Amino acid sequence: MSAPVTERPYTQPTDDSRARLRAGRELGASHFDRLEPLLAKVTKPIQYVGGEVNSVVKDWEAARVSWALMYPDAYEVGAPNQGVQILYEVLNERDHLLAERCYAVWPDLESLMRQAGVPQFTVDGHRAVGDFDVLGLSFSTELGYTNMLTALDLAGIPLHAVDRHGDEPLVIAGGHAAFNPEPISDFLDAAVLGDGEEAVLLISQVIDEWKSEGRPDGREGLLLRLAKTGSVYVPRFYDVEYLTDGRIQKVTPNRTDVPWRVSKHTLMDLDEWSYPKKPLVPLAETVHERMSVEIFRGCTRGCRFCQAGMITRPVRERSITGVAEIVERGLQATGFEEVGLLSLSSADHSEIADIARNLADRYEDSQTSLSLPSTRVDAFNVDLANELSRNGRRSGLTFAPEGGSERMRKVINKLVTEEDLIRTVTTAYAAGWRHVKLYFMCGLPTETDDDVLQIATLAKEVIKAGREVSGRRDIKCTVSIGGFVPKPHTPFQWAAQLDHESTDARLAKLKDAIRSDREYGKAIGLRYHDGKPGIVEGILSRGDRRVGRVIEQAWRDGARFDGWSEHFSFDGWMASADVALQGEVVDVDWYTIRERDRTEVLPWEHLDSGLDTEWLWEDWQDALDEVAVEDCRWTPCFDCGVCDQMGTQIQIGPTGVTDLPMPAIPSN
Amino acid sequence: MASRRPPERDIAPVAQRIRLRYARLGRLRFSSHRDFQRALERAIRRAGLPIAYSAGFSPHPKISYANSAPTGAASEAEYVEIGLTEERDPDAVRRDLDAALPPGLDIVDAVVARTSDFASRLEASRWRIELPEVSSAELERARDAFWAAETIEVERMAKSGLRKFDAREPVVLAEVEDGPCAILTVVVRHVTMSVRPDDVLAALRSVADFEPPVPPRVTRLAQGPLDLATHAVGDPFAPDRGD
Repeated sequence: MSAPVTERPYTQPTDDSRARLRAGRELGASHFDRLEPLLAKVTKPIQYVGGEVNSVVKDWEAARVSWALMYPDAYEVGAPNQGVQILYEVLNERDHLLAERCYAVWPDLESLMRQAGVPQFTVDGHRAVGDFDVLGLSFSTELGYTNMLTALDLAGIPLHAVDRHGDEPLVIAGGHAAFNPEPISDFLDAAVLGDGEEAVLLISQVIDEWKSEGRPDGREGLLLRLAKTGSVYVPRFYDVEYLTDGRIQKVTPNRTDVPWRVSKHTLMDLDEWSYPKKPLVPLAETVHERMSVEIFRGCTRGCRFCQAGMITRPVRERSITGVAEIVERGLQATGFEEVGLLSLSSADHSEIADIARNLADRYEDSQTSLSLPSTRVDAFNVDLANELSRNGRRSGLTFAPEGGSERMRKVINKLVTEEDLIRTVTTAYAAGWRHVKLYFMCGLPTETDDDVLQIATLAKEVIKAGREVSGRRDIKCTVSIGGFVPKPHTPFQWAAQLDHESTDARLAKLKDAIRSDREYGKAIGLRYHDGKPGIVEGILSRGDRRVGRVIEQAWRDGARFDGWSEHFSFDGWMASADVALQGEVVDVDWYTIRERDRTEVLPWEHLDSGLDTEWLWEDWQDALDEVAVEDCRWTPCFDCGVCDQMGTQIQIGPTGVTDLPMPAIPSN
Repeated sequence: MASRRPPERDIAPVAQRIRLRYARLGRLRFSSHRDFQRALERAIRRAGLPIAYSAGFSPHPKISYANSAPTGAASEAEYVEIGLTEERDPDAVRRDLDAALPPGLDIVDAVVARTSDFASRLEASRWRIELPEVSSAELERARDAFWAAETIEVERMAKSGLRKFDAREPVVLAEVEDGPCAILTVVVRHVTMSVRPDDVLAALRSVADFEPPVPPRVTRLAQGPLDLATHAVGDPFAPDRGD
């Protein structure tokens, strides 16, 4: 475990903690002058100063509801996050609302802030997070949980929601991990499932009304108003009871006027929500430096491991004109050199060929590159990649077969045959691409050593076909392997996770199979992580409220930045779990490598993603029987339940527009 | 079969080179040189300037930077040269680019390049080092010890590893002023292992046990030709202006 931070002046914050950290300043005052001397002593201080092009600092007094939006990871990861950037704009466009951003501070600054009594701050106005009405956290991954605790502690906000009685910010979680917020429910006032654009406005309105009425019934009164909407989950209004064997017996509301189940939000008609309009241009280097536009939300490919594809249904496309407008306006506002067309499977947009051709035409002479990060395995996809790289170097092209064997791909419902893959990479190598990257997973349900070893066979076939078609020996293939972690609201939510020892053993065999091949071994790169981090992700993903104690213990023992291998400590987490779960009938294995049966009450069953549990179970059974399911965009509805339950429908084109008007960009 | 040669493309030649003086101030003094490079390239695109690009697979904008101040030091005198494919009025370029950059990264001067030896004109820098919670008497004592020494060896981690070098000889002026706090102004000749304000402070520590209680605030005030008689640092744009 990284060295524990010894000074903890406010691990037991009192009502005065925030006042003390405010150091006699007004609510909403800047603390930058107190932070500044510390910045000379830390690494990459630029990440803490704000001032990015298109960032906003609004008048504190003019705002009726203020939000601190936190991405609980380092600035370089958090700043490009689309979700936070969109909500930042949506909120700040309203005169009576205010939003600022904050990110996790690295341990060097954390330690200095504790010594100097400087509170967790926003990077826009360097205001104390404890001064805001809401601290909204976006969890793309569960590995940000410990960073949330650091932020709460540095802000002087009591860690446990039950200890917050005054005007502390409401701590609200969103993002994909919030579809099972139970492991962090002790620390949250509320969680929101699904799309945030309308949800943040709804919550702002409820807070505004409550404040203008003189805050009737205090904090509890506000939370009750939010819970009654049916679309904000307030954990404290639900009780969880357990069976003697450790399973959940039931989850019930403890108030008569809150709903039994809380529903996710679904934003319809993406063209009406044309964000981001003016994306931030960070000064510090970040993981994605590009103008990103979401070309559609949702995915019905039905890959059974994919939580994102399950919880974001139905598919809602942005039109070709809507996409072009965001790209043009965003490039003007940022000066970015790259455009990313984002979605869960971008080649599936009904107008993608026209989008690619039009954007490639429009920006051909402007040194702007286009990328399609999420790709599928077929020749059409290579055509698209060719179109997008007209001028540039054809270096690497990525495909994700996910499963090594045909059998495995039926289990996970990734309908790609070996012939598809070989045909696709052959097309790619023939078109001048030199390097093909393949993504796979290890530890999938029913997987055997043989399924994983077939990854090596496939990679060799890829090189063989590539050498034949290109007539060259210098082509390459990189195999990247991720460990599979079963996720809530997917057909694999009942599955046993593979233990880390077996994961590592399987990967070692695969490595041998590739390295020992004299003909092809050197042309194949292999990238993978050991199985240990996946086990921690596993507890956090499918955990229940008891896991909150594990998170808190791990944090107290020094866990920070768990998504970073140089900070992550598996042994530390296991030791903390032992302490936190002492006297319980459940342990880490129980949460991770145990298969669940149909009758078990899962911790997230009172949270409604729209998916019908019966359908998920049948899909799980189909997986075990190696039966595939089609995509409902092109075949009849298979009753996953989402559209019925949520009153939504698929929104796809084509719109009939095939040509965009030529550039509105200034001629250079 | 696709060729591995870069695609044929019309590369517009450089029609005009413009030299810019810029400042990096306030909180943006924490930006690194690379941070500034990215910010400038994007500002050029936002401002719609006809920047020239290099040929090849990954074309780069034609921008060349002179020696930049270290991260954390503010500066009023940084220099960069950009190549344009069309002639532009340098004042308009200065104004448009300044508007496209965030406050704190400010373009303060622009000239059309008419000479070729610009980098060699940056002979010396004038730095101001503000030392909060330090008295001028204390600082003067340290400065006198520094001045009395013939050489003072200091160490710094460079890209090539730990380097030892003399921080005394390139310093041609070291004045102490009294203000809200003690202020040290130094003029330093640019030599191969350039002596930075950090190195001067390390030298003060080494000869006089001088240890500022809080981090000093450092600003580069000028870069340019050095007048050895007066120790004045001149305007490096003077030859381009035809002065």
